[in-house]
Amino acid sequence: MIRSLPLSGKIGLATVIFWLLTAMFGPLLAPHPVGAFVDMDVFSGISSTFPLGTDYLGRDVFSRLLYGARYTVGLAAAAAMLASITGIGLALTAAVGSRVLDELLSRFMDTMISIPSKILALVLVAAFGSSIPLLLVICAFTYVPGSYRIARSLAVNLAQMDYVQVAKTQGEGRWHIGLREILPNMIHPMLADFGLRFVFIVLLLSGLSFLGLGVQPPEADFGSLVRENISGLAEGAPAIIVPAIAIATLTIGVNLLIDAMRGKR
Amino acid sequence: MSIYRLILNRIASALLTLLLVSLVIFIISDLLPGDAAQEMLGQSATPEQVAALRHDLGLDRPAYVRFGDWVGGIVSGDPGTSMVANMPVAEVIAERLPNTLRLAALTAAFTVPLSLLIGISAAMNRGGRLDRMLSISTLAMVAMPEFLVATLGVLIFSVKLRLLPSITMVTSDQPWGEFLRSYTLPVLSLSVVVIAQMSRMTRAAVIDQLNQPYVEMAMLKGVGRVAIVRRHVLPNAIGPIINAMALSLSYLLGGAIIVETIFNYPGLASLMVNAVTSRDTPLLQACAMIFCAAYLLLLLAADIIAILANPRLHNK
Repeated sequence: MIRSLPLSGKIGLATVIFWLLTAMFGPLLAPHPVGAFVDMDVFSGISSTFPLGTDYLGRDVFSRLLYGARYTVGLAAAAAMLASITGIGLALTAAVGSRVLDELLSRFMDTMISIPSKILALVLVAAFGSSIPLLLVICAFTYVPGSYRIARSLAVNLAQMDYVQVAKTQGEGRWHIGLREILPNMIHPMLADFGLRFVFIVLLLSGLSFLGLGVQPPEADFGSLVRENISGLAEGAPAIIVPAIAIATLTIGVNLLIDAMRGKR
Repeated sequence: MSIYRLILNRIASALLTLLLVSLVIFIISDLLPGDAAQEMLGQSATPEQVAALRHDLGLDRPAYVRFGDWVGGIVSGDPGTSMVANMPVAEVIAERLPNTLRLAALTAAFTVPLSLLIGISAAMNRGGRLDRMLSISTLAMVAMPEFLVATLGVLIFSVKLRLLPSITMVTSDQPWGEFLRSYTLPVLSLSVVVIAQMSRMTRAAVIDQLNQPYVEMAMLKGVGRVAIVRRHVLPNAIGPIINAMALSLSYLLGGAIIVETIFNYPGLASLMVNAVTSRDTPLLQACAMIFCAAYLLLLLAADIIAILANPRLHNK
């Protein structure tokens, strides 16, 4: 399976695994506590004591990055999961439910999809604030409509297939048809969609944090790391470049992997 | 159904969507925990004071009345008073909107010709080096956060090379050189994602036409490759291409929020971010509606162009 991936896919897979491991075990490897002031100098460059330099308060960038991965990767993965599961669940309900329900759900989702995701997220943050659990729900909510739209078109197509019609004539219940007949055949394309949602959410979340509306201090994800060190830009400090590159490797890695997996089928 | 009916239907459905969108935005921002009156008076206010201010602001009226008022206000060009600036929202926005439109227009003027060039040449050399490079870089660029492009741009062009300013000044009497210099970085940062999307979609539209039998016919006749594309393919692909342009330009809306903030650009998107931070609900609602309307307008334009470009619909 891995061997059959093209080179770009292997690179993508390696990057994804790297970031997943970092998010899970990174804090254990951090040489310094996340909030500790360890250097008298601020924005120091790469050295043997501070492999990625120090930030605007003289904290170790490497350690902060390891902790930050937990928020960026973990929060985005959880939100993407929530968005996909909600989207698929509602799509199945629409596909096997009554026509009125389908109409209502689809109309609602069409409306939500007509609001650009960043705008919707800003309005939601303004209304509810941005604690970690709220950010998770806001990011998930913003991307449910996209997931619903794709899942619904898959589910409606599958519902027309002969084997589903046979199951219906056999007198199987709606939920049996939805969960046992339609859902298993949607998993594969929805996995690719999950990967895309994950990328979108990483970008949205770090964008929000970059604006100071996402993860709040003292906690920091990659976006907040870029924001808090923005004054180091004039010196070209690693403290601002490294987290920005970290986001790019994460999202590009996932994209490469999805693209390779799509090409294979 | 005649083509005009089809277009009218599309316009009506876009208007309905816009109304529903305004309802969603109103509902979300009306759910603000601790309402505006409480916020403005602070913790020490007595319940009577809060109630009095709520009455003054009209917050004690039922939600559907306020929604009706608000939508009516937007349609008539008066979406309320900004709580922080203490000025009519319309005035605050009128000051910022032209700046954002100028930024968007410059970005469009830069990205459209470039993407056309890249997309068409990639399609003509399908599978060639340029085409492969395009597909990889599109993949990478779409996944790149706008603030990475912008900060790297500032780092290279402002800090290291000292060529361009890192903050975009907007004055009415800038000389041309100054104007170009101050807009280069924001436009470049916005363009990256748009160019990636646009050239990929242009490529797809041109390849779609290149696969048609009439191209094979022209080739058998001995028409040159460039002439085939210019005389036969492009006239047929123009509809899908313009459709792709409209869709890709909608990426500007999200990008503007980050880019305007980074370059301290006095536009509508940075105004909206400020409205979020200061919890200025009327201003936030109005900005959100402008962005949603612009987004829907682009989608509508893309749809209508697709309808107009479809020859099968003309004959009916």
